[in-house]
Amino acid sequence: MTSPLGHPRTVLILGGGSDIAFAIARALIARGTGAFVLAGRHPDVIEARAAALRAAGATAVEVAAFDAEQIDAHEAIVAQAFQRARAISGDVDLALIAFGLIDEASVLDETPAAAGHVAMVNFAGAVSSGLAVAQQLSAQGHGTLVVLSSLAGQRSRPSILPYGAAKAGLDAFTSGLEEALRGSGVRVVSVRPGWVRTRMTANRRSAPFATSPERVASDVLRGLDRGDRVVWTPRLLRLVAPILRLMPRGVFRLLARSR
Amino acid sequence: MTNLDAPGSRRRLTGWGRTVPSVAHVARPGSPEALETLVATASARGATARGLGRAYGDAAQNGGGIVLDCTALDGIGAIDVGAGGATITVGGGTSLEAILRAVLPAGWCLPVLPGTRHVTVGGAIAADVHGKNHHRVGAFSAHVEAFTLHAATGERRTVTRASDPVLFEATTGGMGLTGVIIDATLCLVPIETRLMRVTTMHTADLDATMRALADADGGHAYSVAWLDLASGRGRGMVGAADHATRADAPDASLEAAPRALRLTTPPLPVSVVNRATVRVFNEAWFRRPVPREALQPIESYLAPLDALDAWPRLYGPGGLLQYQCALPAGEEPALRAIVEAIRHAPTVPALAVLKRFGPGSDAPLSFPLEGWTLAVDFPAGHAALGAFLDTLDERVAAAGGRVYLAKDARMRAEIVPLMYPRLDEWRETQSRMDPRGIFTSDLDRRLHLTRGSQA
Repeated sequence: MTSPLGHPRTVLILGGGSDIAFAIARALIARGTGAFVLAGRHPDVIEARAAALRAAGATAVEVAAFDAEQIDAHEAIVAQAFQRARAISGDVDLALIAFGLIDEASVLDETPAAAGHVAMVNFAGAVSSGLAVAQQLSAQGHGTLVVLSSLAGQRSRPSILPYGAAKAGLDAFTSGLEEALRGSGVRVVSVRPGWVRTRMTANRRSAPFATSPERVASDVLRGLDRGDRVVWTPRLLRLVAPILRLMPRGVFRLLARSR
Repeated sequence: MTNLDAPGSRRRLTGWGRTVPSVAHVARPGSPEALETLVATASARGATARGLGRAYGDAAQNGGGIVLDCTALDGIGAIDVGAGGATITVGGGTSLEAILRAVLPAGWCLPVLPGTRHVTVGGAIAADVHGKNHHRVGAFSAHVEAFTLHAATGERRTVTRASDPVLFEATTGGMGLTGVIIDATLCLVPIETRLMRVTTMHTADLDATMRALADADGGHAYSVAWLDLASGRGRGMVGAADHATRADAPDASLEAAPRALRLTTPPLPVSVVNRATVRVFNEAWFRRPVPREALQPIESYLAPLDALDAWPRLYGPGGLLQYQCALPAGEEPALRAIVEAIRHAPTVPALAVLKRFGPGSDAPLSFPLEGWTLAVDFPAGHAALGAFLDTLDERVAAAGGRVYLAKDARMRAEIVPLMYPRLDEWRETQSRMDPRGIFTSDLDRRLHLTRGSQA
């Protein structure tokens, strides 16, 4: 159970190699979270993260194999992850969908297959694994699902179009899922960061409102404490996002071209 | 997957402290047969019994599973006066309040009454509740002659201390995990009036309070101390009491007293309990004129907070945590250190109560042990309170003490076997009674009490 002092005891992370997830996990440990199940695609990365979380003070960390594109396996993998969480600690109090894949090239230079993979991971993979988690949380009658989305879901520029389009779809799914879960005891939080300096974005030029995984983590924890349904990070994006959505195409084009 | 066939309506439940909610299928069986049907339908998330929801934490919650609201399993039999005293048989969902209404006019009282009358008999047995007279008469279960237990297997069994001492003791204090109490036969004690003769003493600090409590216990059946831990040196007030005799109150009637004004607390958007308000309240409480000796209705001495309905709402949406621990006699230095630590807790210790326990029982999970018990209410929701209370747990366990499961919402599983060293012995009995692990609760899953709780 999430403690009455506001920290989850047991956390499941899908996309356990994510830098943002890692920062959130460390922030949670500092508050008293003990147990983690990390699921991800690269065993060596996940194992290294697990070791780092143990060193940071986690009492129990389990690892599991998870591939966002293997949609047919998600239900079973998530069910197993919940079982493992119960074996080491208890019900999953907080589940984090943290995996993502970003485009390697601007859309017209991208292979259609690569674009499809980006859409698959960020949208379809998040839908199926997110739903599997939501069903498990609903069946236990409590818990929080945190979905990492992006400011790019508000309006996509050509350089990361499939990514932004997938995040837009994911936001629609997340807000509808939250409505469907009303009365189930399950809470859904959508996290929408601007540009975050991580491994995923390492080879790319930074964008306005760039931030760090640690800042994202502290904003996420603040949002969890406050009961927010959407966490913008940096927090100023709450005001920027509607402007971005509504600005004339010409202005947006100028901004996007400068990137 | 949501179990659409599960009986009852989905409801969000919390304990009395209004923290850690979970959603369960709540069903209210009207008969033992209906209860049996419900228990038989339990899914992997199992079932737990709930009475009037006065456990402070998650003991009567069962997220995703069935919560059996037992309040319709009520009913009060006739008072059976025999050579050895009187008994009464009541439904497991009967409140102590209802029993008192039935027996007080006839000149009888329940021998153990906890700090609220709004608990069910089943809950009182499951938590093995205690009263302000524990030093004289022990806990609630000491005065239970028999109970009928609905076991997970569907079997209904009448249990007495003689017929099955192991199951009797696993159930008293067993937090409802051995089965559901359908009915119980309780001993009654004779009273001459509905009043208590209460002696109140003001004390300057903790040591004076502890001395006054120890002195009071020699001469009085009931005793309790209120502590002001929000300011000053830890002053207090000790209230010692006995049932008033007809000689004490010649005009007193056993008939129902005129109904006292009962106030309620509205839902509040924010907590009104903070260091400033607690200091003001404590100052007024300590300074209010109290006669050294006075006659008080039994209810208002034993359960003063019952006068203010839904009082945890004062703590706002964040709710409250009550920390109640017991420390063995001889561990007074540990008690002093714990009280001193609590005075500097991250959130204000809003209400603190100290009392002496007499010898504990043989029940493996029963809370009382000979020595002291301290109960402190804190506003919940402060991040640093968790680590603070974890350190208190360690001090309590190191001193051979324990934390009361009926009050807890936050303890860690690892510490429980240190506080309740006979946990494994209890698990043996519990799993024999419930081999498929049907009875469980949020508390059980959090503290890994039953063997099945980690599956």
